[in-house]
Amino acid sequence: MKLPLWFHRLGSPPTFYRFAGRLMPWLYVLAAGLTLWGLYGGLVLAPPDYQQSDAFRIIYVHVPAAWMSMAGYGLMAVCAFIALVWRMKLAETMVLTAAPIGAAFTLMTLVTGSIWGRPMWGTWWDWDPRLTSELVLFFLYLGVIALAQAFEDRRAGARAACFLALVGIVNVPIVHFAVKWWNSLHQGSTIRVFSESTIHSSMKWPLLVLAIAAYLYFIASWMARTRVALLEQHAGTDWVQALTQGDRHG
Amino acid sequence: MMRAFFALLGRDLKLAMRRRFDLLQPLYFALLVCLLTTLAIGPEPALLGRLAAAVTWIAVLLALLLALDGLFRPDAEDGSLELMLTAPAPLPVLVFAKVLAFWLVVMLPLIVCAPLFASMLHLPGTQWLPLLLTLLLATPCLAWLGAICAALTVQARRGGALLALLLLPLTVPVLIAAIGTVDAALQGLPMRSPLLLLGAGAIAACSIGPFACAVALRLGLR
Repeated sequence: MKLPLWFHRLGSPPTFYRFAGRLMPWLYVLAAGLTLWGLYGGLVLAPPDYQQSDAFRIIYVHVPAAWMSMAGYGLMAVCAFIALVWRMKLAETMVLTAAPIGAAFTLMTLVTGSIWGRPMWGTWWDWDPRLTSELVLFFLYLGVIALAQAFEDRRAGARAACFLALVGIVNVPIVHFAVKWWNSLHQGSTIRVFSESTIHSSMKWPLLVLAIAAYLYFIASWMARTRVALLEQHAGTDWVQALTQGDRHG
Repeated sequence: MMRAFFALLGRDLKLAMRRRFDLLQPLYFALLVCLLTTLAIGPEPALLGRLAAAVTWIAVLLALLLALDGLFRPDAEDGSLELMLTAPAPLPVLVFAKVLAFWLVVMLPLIVCAPLFASMLHLPGTQWLPLLLTLLLATPCLAWLGAICAALTVQARRGGALLALLLLPLTVPVLIAAIGTVDAALQGLPMRSPLLLLGAGAIAACSIGPFACAVALRLGLR
């Protein structure tokens, strides 16, 4: 399979470093703007829920974080696939830099979900299928991070972590369906936060805006982390030397 | 190719027989888990009986985890793993021999003893057969998942805790399917379809596992 030329060009660390540096500020600004707009829409404009009144508003943090935690794993797995199949070093680095961000989004989902669950379900934690599979996802992220750090040789660790990410992406849907099935075998929780799709559009658009903001923030933060990782890995090379010298002289 | 397979299988079995006491390790570990759980829950037979299948399953899972570090690490330490990686015989075949030996040496005794542990926990008589069947059908899948994780960590600095972090989240679906089968049997529901599902998992694991495990082993080779 042939990859386009620009793709190969981006694989070169200095090119990526410059490209990401130019793109990053825009992404950050856009993400911040969308976040403010979405939060305004969600916290001020949207009407209170008829059942949960104002308590439902945590949805505007919880749901975008949950979507991002899953999408982040997908992005990471795509990178892992590229790294293992085309042996692209940059993709290896990007797998390792994506994992902590994804783990953070997953943790945020779990924490906000738990805070939301307290007034709504009357409990901090419930073995609901979504909660359970989100917790498993958190452990999959942690596994990738821990495996990468357990090796003397950085690249061996990165490759092992890439492989684990791929094994994980096969497992994520299976875990999801298995947990759903498990929950329907046991007495299912009768309290439902969503009865799918019945969400009014005035409540829905801020959610979508915030989801896009989460995406943009993820990518911006991913690029920032990758830039730092690249500098660390290539500390001895000419282009990093030139960069630091340039900084020193003005 | 088949000669290499049987040679490696024979070697691993012989090595295991030379260290017979090590064979007991997973067994008494699983028994200890059952003992401690009983002490933590209390001696009440009705309560224990309801939890028996679950506790036995967890004990087997933990015992597998304990034994797993010995799957590739001794070979990596004495250099025979590198010989396998460079051998003319295809690596998936060799890996298959190793995992089969591991299953025979570690998992089979556990499966045989599991009903004993479970009956010590007052498992209802109707659940014996389902427990045994789920263990038989689910352990190949567990062994392959474990082998992949062991292959990934074999070159890592520390095995133990890392292996647990990698393997246990991956075993969630297997555990759910197995316990679901036992529960279905307890409620008098047909357990054919969950058993078929476990069997499908075992076949998938045995056919994809060797290749995935071989890739994982090669990744660690410098």
